Amino acid sequence: MIVEQNCGPIGRESIEGISPDLLKTMYRDMVRIRLFEEVVAGLVEERKVQTPCHLYIGQEAVAVGVCARLNRDDFVYSTHRSHGHYLAKGGDLNALMAEIFCRSNGCSFGYGGSMHICDPGRGLPGSSAIVGGTIPAAVGTAFAFDYEKNGGVAVAFFGDGAATEGVLYESLNFAMLKKLPAVFICENNFYSTHMHITKIQSNTGIAKRAESFGIPASTIDGNNIVEVYRAAGEAVERARGGGGPSFIECLTYRWRGHVGPNWDIEKGIREKKEVDWWIGNCAIERLRDLLDREGILKSGEKEKIRLVIEKEIDEALVFAQEGPFPDPAGMNGRVFR
Amino acid sequence: MRKLSYAEALNEALHQIMETRREVVLIGQGVKSPWYVGTTTVGLIQAFGERRVVDTPVSENAVTGIAVGAALKGLRPILEHPRMDFMYLALDQIANHAANWHFMFGGHLSVPLTIWGIVNRGGEQAAQHSQALHALFAHIPGLKVVAPSTPYDVKGLLLSSVEDDNPVLFVDDRWLYPQEGEVPEELYRVPLGRGEVRRAGSDVTVIASSFLVHAALDAADTASPDADVEVLDLRSLKPLDRDLILASVKKTGRAVVVDGGWKTCGMSAEIAALLAESGFSSLQAPVMRVALPDTPAPASAVLEKAYYPGMDEIVSAVREVIS
Repeated sequence: MIVEQNCGPIGRESIEGISPDLLKTMYRDMVRIRLFEEVVAGLVEERKVQTPCHLYIGQEAVAVGVCARLNRDDFVYSTHRSHGHYLAKGGDLNALMAEIFCRSNGCSFGYGGSMHICDPGRGLPGSSAIVGGTIPAAVGTAFAFDYEKNGGVAVAFFGDGAATEGVLYESLNFAMLKKLPAVFICENNFYSTHMHITKIQSNTGIAKRAESFGIPASTIDGNNIVEVYRAAGEAVERARGGGGPSFIECLTYRWRGHVGPNWDIEKGIREKKEVDWWIGNCAIERLRDLLDREGILKSGEKEKIRLVIEKEIDEALVFAQEGPFPDPAGMNGRVFR
Repeated sequence: MRKLSYAEALNEALHQIMETRREVVLIGQGVKSPWYVGTTTVGLIQAFGERRVVDTPVSENAVTGIAVGAALKGLRPILEHPRMDFMYLALDQIANHAANWHFMFGGHLSVPLTIWGIVNRGGEQAAQHSQALHALFAHIPGLKVVAPSTPYDVKGLLLSSVEDDNPVLFVDDRWLYPQEGEVPEELYRVPLGRGEVRRAGSDVTVIASSFLVHAALDAADTASPDADVEVLDLRSLKPLDRDLILASVKKTGRAVVVDGGWKTCGMSAEIAALLAESGFSSLQAPVMRVALPDTPAPASAVLEKAYYPGMDEIVSAVREVIS
């Protein structure tokens, strides 16, 4: 099933007030996530990586558009599909790659794997593999920010699958009740593992449910980075200014299957024409098209961006695969601080 | 030294800890309601306001996760669950998140969270308002569990729990609230992981915790002079004071393990296993256990009387191991 939404070219009027440099940075950040994930997909296919990798390919505009609005000290909580959030928020790419190889130079020293990555110094306290599991934690961090009155904002990224978890609604209620600086980003990619949203949600209007708590909520085109950037800006500003939480449902799509590099077409989970439609609606290509039209991306620049990122990823592969394995002797002593 | 009740000591500890540590907030269902917490929180809202004493919606799982997220950003919340029964709704946040966070992220962050779980048994409250779930939580890696039995310990263990950088389950039992005992006026610490000899003896060791420590002491008096009973108060269930237990049983050669939870896979099983593994050569008789039957809590007071073990059952067990 193809989703009816406006997925046309990004209009030039929509970028008024956004600097060309920022647009270029967001383009680069999206490409960086895409290339990173493509490499990880290959590593999984080659069985060089065992840890379950839930790839972010296709959803890059959400992480990048939201994180472009955040400060280093703001907190971002993530899910099993966390590589994109981590990179967009400024997490160290080398340490992420090493964690995916489960080495001791990984961001969680080989104890977390792909699903449990963190970089606390950059506002990444961690990601959970329990659907909806980090949503209340984001509200709790928002509570701490509010308690300290330091203007911090906590963001919870989660998928449409989490919209069938009760903890989301408990969290929305509390966040609104206490007017906490929390931003809820629901990445609706239409699939909860293998189940299409229409098969598991009696009413698919996720943002409407958030709205029923009195929370400003919207449903946006999550493959339009400019729209994401603007909606996130409003939400983050509201939170920082003491105006309480916001909820943004970003319609997007993961190109690959729930986990690993497969496309979930061969298993009969979804149709090729649906996947192809979304590939045609690629968030990166849509931004590139705009940048081309506006003359922001000079000729040769796209290739240059790509080469720089590829070099960075190549170096990360070396860093990761040369990293020592964690020492089992120390394992049981690491449970408590 | 002045005497306070257990409830008064807990109340004083909460006041003093919140006065001295700005990062401590009290959050939970019914924190301002005597129906939920007795008199233990009297005066806290007046002293610290509703920003630090947060009475919450009935959302056990999210509120627990909120406390976790607050702890990850520098606060040291005391999270109150007015009945341990309700903590089943928060198992995901306690077990999957709070307990795992430090290990799962390689030690980058920890969750300095005190989870105050209240046992409120008796009173014909039946199966969903009476449960003592300390053993279930002690089973989970990454959680510490304490169960103070005296006014002195409740104050000192609360401070140690709050100051610990890890999630600590702080279990109290409302049957203890009227207990009186000496309590210093200033704040002090009772270390986690250390039990205490409550009564020295030479014939048999009774190992207990929480309100059953008092039943064990009464049992020791009753069993005397036929048996000279040593009574241990575990205070911490995890980490467990193995040395104290093994040293006592080495001296007495006999052990009765007393626990307010269920028998199967409970604390009494754990301690019996410890004695079998590490204290076998000390034992002159099989280890006896006094614990709840593998049965949910009933309502009728007549059934409750048969359900909850007390002094009589401990005396019988002591007599059996010395016979």
